[in-house]
Amino acid sequence: MGRTLAHDVVVIGGGVVGVTLARVLSRYHLDVVVLERDAEVGFGVSKANSGIIHSGIHGDPATVKGALEWPGNVGWLRLRDDLGFGFAQVGELLVALAEDELPTIETIEAQGRRKGVPGLTRWEPERIRRAQPNLSREVIAALWAPTAGVVNPYEAVLLIADNAVRNGVTIATEQPVIAIDPPDPADPGGPLVLRTPTRALAARYVVNAAGLYADEVARMAGVGTFTITGRKGEEYLLDKRLAGLVTSIIFPCPTATSKGTLVTPTFDGTIMVGPTAEATDDKDDTTTTPEGAAQVFAAAKRLVPAISERDVIAEFAGVRAVADTEDFVLGATARRGFINAAGIQSPGLTAAPAIADHLVEVLHDEGLALREKRDWRPRAEHPVRFAVLSTEEQAELAARDPRFAQLVCRCELITEAEIVDAIDRGARTLDGVKFRTRAGMGRCQGGFCTWRCLELLAERCGLPITAVTKRGGDSWIVCDRSDAAEAPDPTAEAPGTTASGIELAAAGVPADGG
Amino acid sequence: MVLTAEPRNLASRYDVVIVGAGPAGMAAALGARDRGAARVLLVDREVEAGGILLQCIHAGFGLHAFDEEITGPEYAQRFFEQVLEQDVDVLTDGYVMDVASGGRVKLMSPSVGVTGVDAGAVVLAMGARERTRGAIRIPGDRPSGVMTAGLAQKLVNLDGYLPGRRAVILGSGDIGLIMARRLVLEGVEVVGVFELLSHPSGLTRNVVQCLDDFDIPLHLSTTVVGIHGRDRLERVTVAPVDDDRVPIMAKAWDVDCDTLLLSIGLIPDAELARTVGAQMDPLTGGPVVSGTMETTVPGVFAAGNVVHVNDLADWVSMEARVAGDGAGALATGARRPEQDIRLLPGDNVAYVVPHTISSDRPHTVSFRVRRPIHGPTLLRLSDVHQRKVRAVVPAEMVTLKVAPRLLEGFHGDVLRVDAIPATDDRAGEDPS
Repeated sequence: MGRTLAHDVVVIGGGVVGVTLARVLSRYHLDVVVLERDAEVGFGVSKANSGIIHSGIHGDPATVKGALEWPGNVGWLRLRDDLGFGFAQVGELLVALAEDELPTIETIEAQGRRKGVPGLTRWEPERIRRAQPNLSREVIAALWAPTAGVVNPYEAVLLIADNAVRNGVTIATEQPVIAIDPPDPADPGGPLVLRTPTRALAARYVVNAAGLYADEVARMAGVGTFTITGRKGEEYLLDKRLAGLVTSIIFPCPTATSKGTLVTPTFDGTIMVGPTAEATDDKDDTTTTPEGAAQVFAAAKRLVPAISERDVIAEFAGVRAVADTEDFVLGATARRGFINAAGIQSPGLTAAPAIADHLVEVLHDEGLALREKRDWRPRAEHPVRFAVLSTEEQAELAARDPRFAQLVCRCELITEAEIVDAIDRGARTLDGVKFRTRAGMGRCQGGFCTWRCLELLAERCGLPITAVTKRGGDSWIVCDRSDAAEAPDPTAEAPGTTASGIELAAAGVPADGG
Repeated sequence: MVLTAEPRNLASRYDVVIVGAGPAGMAAALGARDRGAARVLLVDREVEAGGILLQCIHAGFGLHAFDEEITGPEYAQRFFEQVLEQDVDVLTDGYVMDVASGGRVKLMSPSVGVTGVDAGAVVLAMGARERTRGAIRIPGDRPSGVMTAGLAQKLVNLDGYLPGRRAVILGSGDIGLIMARRLVLEGVEVVGVFELLSHPSGLTRNVVQCLDDFDIPLHLSTTVVGIHGRDRLERVTVAPVDDDRVPIMAKAWDVDCDTLLLSIGLIPDAELARTVGAQMDPLTGGPVVSGTMETTVPGVFAAGNVVHVNDLADWVSMEARVAGDGAGALATGARRPEQDIRLLPGDNVAYVVPHTISSDRPHTVSFRVRRPIHGPTLLRLSDVHQRKVRAVVPAEMVTLKVAPRLLEGFHGDVLRVDAIPATDDRAGEDPS
């Protein structure tokens, strides 16, 4: 394999760090590939997190993660301006419930000021109650940080990835890296070769953004200098009717391993409580547990007493990728051309834009030439959200394309045209369609739209319906009739009646009226 | 059988527009035409009219409406033929997005785009939706293979696929029971039905014919407490519950399966009623309705499962005729009957529909009991009317017919509905 055939940069991992880096690299004349092990980008930690862009005050600037928190926050504003995903700067309130928590607030405030986070204000109880009347009466003081925001993290990752692809990046899904070959001994400065079950790619530079598995990937490259463990966080979403219960992110005073259980008004208008922070041996353990729920609600009720587990409408868990250093593992390694972006635990989502900028500097320092394209298009082409348009706009779209008048998801009012667009933008699974369009996220949880989404996915991707999955792997949805365990002999006697008479055996009997 | 009929030209104005062409919507259309409404539009979001009836390929429909036992699709077909005979416009593949005050109905369909029609009156007949996993909070993984029984019914009966190969059913509602039998007939192994309550939620006859006849075990006072499987469902953990319905984890066990069907109840799909500002009844989850099935928003009627979850399609059709009649009357200029009596649920009554009645015409009052009474039961309407029945269970809806003559000596404005054990012979069996 000649050097000229090598890709300039291969990013391992299509999470928020991987795609944000790919997008920044797409402004230069470079051949960039992102390898994602899952069926779609953003299906790992990026899909299951709190969706908070931290204000910038939390991390100790002496750590890498602390230092990148505030520049990351600023980076999200830039990304939002370019790409227009949902981002609301709702601000955060760090609250003290007891006198002995006041020094913690002071320390964090001083840290925030050192980092240059603007707008920090100490609030007295009266001001707190005026702004957040549903907060516990036990709250005695609070630090207000207006720069905190909420995003829909999955939507953001998709738009960033879309924009990277528009600017020439290749994203290959279902490509887990299983081996990394060192350069040919005859050409020690030559490319690394990444192997997946189906492909081999030569890369001049490799960025390891493999999330929970970044330690394994580093070992493949012969530079296994760190380990990653999972730290699970369970999150609980409450009924929409509680929208407005709090209007800013409510933080308790932090502990050593966690920022604690937060009460968050999500971008979509629901209240979310969580996360927990439990070490897990199983990096793919995204189960929710009764213990986790109990812990979350006990903590959340201390902040907002009106919160009840009875109002839960959905729950999920994500696993933070925690390096043994408890910090981000960022930068070049002993393997020439192999660069880590690992251990991206909290505030990883917040820091992602700053991580990407930092990695570009690292790549440049390692010898990657950065020549800007003249035709880089930083703006996203937005998917249409039919439901939020005016009647006139809806009518106009429908007149142009009848698929905009063909309803698919009635709970969220999603049309066939939007589903088709999501598939054309790379959705390959039911979850991919759901997270891109919201089809199936509503009250009926896909009871009405699942079949139509399956049909459209099968049709546009050229697959049989039985090959369409919920989120890749073995997550099939339906099987063929011939796949049944053992089809009964239709002529055999069923207990009590003949098989052919069974459906009509209910003489005189009202059955299910549906 | 094709239950479609795109209107060649959608009119700009209808006397009555009906949202949903299931058993309620079709009967409401007939009721409105009978009452003299000249232009009636029936809108359904599916490609064919019929609603959920189309996937109910089992028998058990029509005993009351047609004195004959037929399947769901046959029941739909009979109503649809009458609908066509009555020159009702039918817009399938259509969706009503909004009903503005003044009766402007906003709808969408590939054949007409996004457009509006004016309606003299509107009947909401959207039916019910199934409760989902989120409603009961089962901890664990979130694999594929967990779905509502009704979705599985559609996948199997209409689309020709199976939801899996080895199934557990949670909840003993009628759809779950019927799906247990259907899956066995399709060659799927049904490991068992698990019910949180100490009694089945579905009709006894369905328990016998769908479970007992097929040797499918029914585990009462037992529920699913864990879901396991990273990609596809691999197994569930089940546990018996104590008298307070709290799982006894020490007695939990695992059941291997790739499919979990949820048959844990229906909820009126009444979002549009809420959007138009109709007052809602927290007991039914549907809108509050008068004796003509009019909601608290003038000109907006509702009938069938969108008002309260019925046990039989036949009752839905009968109730919807009343709504269609009321809508047709209003649209053709009749005066609204004065709703002078409120109905309230009393002893052992979960809800009552309608919420108000008028003393000028006969009414059918429908309700469900909270607890079963396994013996002679008195259904009582304050002291104006009572009827004795052999037994009552929550799975079966009960009705009382109220004729104007019963109200002649009544001068109050509230009637209470009770369902209590009959302790003496005060009342004879009601012949109706």
